[in-house]
Amino acid sequence: MHSFLEAFKFIGRNGQVPGDPALPTLVHLTLETLKIAGIGVAISVAVALPLGLWLGHIHKGSFVAINLGNIWRALPSLAVLAIGVAFLGIGLRNVELALVVLAIPPIITNAYVAIDTIDRDVVDAARGMGLTGWEVLRQVELPLGVPLIFAGIRTAALFVVSTTTIAALTGYSGSLGDIINNETSYHLSGVLGAAICIAGLALVVEVLLGAVQRALTPRGLRVTGAKEVQAGATQIVTT
Amino acid sequence: MIWLAAGGPVIPTFGGRGAFACERANRLFCSDWVSRNWSSVLWPALRQHIVLTLIAVSIGFVIATALALLAYRRGWLERPVLIVTSILYTIPSLALFELLEPSFGLTRTTAEIALVSYTLLIMFRNTLTGLREVPAEVRDAAIGMGMGPTQTLLRVELPLAAPAIIAGLRIATVTVISLATVASLIDNAGLGVPILTAISNDVFKTELIVAGAMAVGLALAADALLVIAQRILTPWTRAG
Repeated sequence: MHSFLEAFKFIGRNGQVPGDPALPTLVHLTLETLKIAGIGVAISVAVALPLGLWLGHIHKGSFVAINLGNIWRALPSLAVLAIGVAFLGIGLRNVELALVVLAIPPIITNAYVAIDTIDRDVVDAARGMGLTGWEVLRQVELPLGVPLIFAGIRTAALFVVSTTTIAALTGYSGSLGDIINNETSYHLSGVLGAAICIAGLALVVEVLLGAVQRALTPRGLRVTGAKEVQAGATQIVTT
Repeated sequence: MIWLAAGGPVIPTFGGRGAFACERANRLFCSDWVSRNWSSVLWPALRQHIVLTLIAVSIGFVIATALALLAYRRGWLERPVLIVTSILYTIPSLALFELLEPSFGLTRTTAEIALVSYTLLIMFRNTLTGLREVPAEVRDAAIGMGMGPTQTLLRVELPLAAPAIIAGLRIATVTVISLATVASLIDNAGLGVPILTAISNDVFKTELIVAGAMAVGLALAADALLVIAQRILTPWTRAG
């Protein structure tokens, strides 16, 4: 327990190690981690969300959308980062590429399934009321699909935060992973402190996105209790 | 964290000392290097990776199935188990490995505990959902035929839940294969070792690409094997 006490002292010192004045602060590294992860998620959402929604709307491409999700899970983040380094060299470009590669599939798969599995009767009723394809997507399918669509984005975001820290192992400097990768300067207390910060960051991201998801979900679809927890880390179960 | 180059396999020829032009130029893929290092570096790493994965998935499967069966009988257990396993699942792997290190050291135990903890949420949720989705009529029919709770579970409920259980096993297995690359930081075994060695070795590209591709290939192969296993174990699902 002594080492954990020291780790919290390290966090209290904002990541400074006595006798080593040149180290970046914890706040700085946390913000950098969030920035790198945020860029990755933003690009992935911009690319994957419209594609997944559109495929779900026209009920086409299930093979691609579902299998993309299955293949995605088989992609070890360290392996993707490593292959990226071989082609692009060490740098932000390689990290963001890996993040996007890892974040796009869950967003596409969830968005596709969310829209594709909406009760056809509801969609038919909307069409019968004279709504155009775009209006059906915008006013009926999107609100009904919010929980699953957002679960995909949450899964992706968590994956991205986790991978951003792993990027430190492949030589990219500028995230909280740096501390874990540099025990020589930071000692065990710093490494543990950084691990606590990373775990905390992931949990905060998860809880915040969960809150956003609940706020976006139409009232009639809201669930409470155990089901809500279940929806939390939803990954679509494909057989 | 420690750099693994010190304890890891030595790469004799990269960096200008060797006699192989391809490696000196650090091209993307040098087949010579692969064939020379297959039996000393790549194959052992692959084997360790498979063993790490098998141990973690087996232990995780036992724990998750036991928890799911308990929660199936005692509904109130579901929520606390989901909360704890969700938190474990949310903690990034790099952080979890480090957080376990003071207690268990740089050992395989640390690696396996972390890997097991990532399998629990997935397999628990899938098994419980699978059991709950067994139609009530089928359960009633089993009871009507005179089956007791244990018999119903073993002969009716678990077989009907098998597709969901195996789906969970698939996700857990590929997840562990993925995270076990990071675990090499802790126990210096698995396909993460050649990846980290290559990075510390002036970004030796061939090794990065081959070890990365092997990790991806292993996960895809394991997934395919489990799909086949499911087809064999649950022949009735193919009819639909």
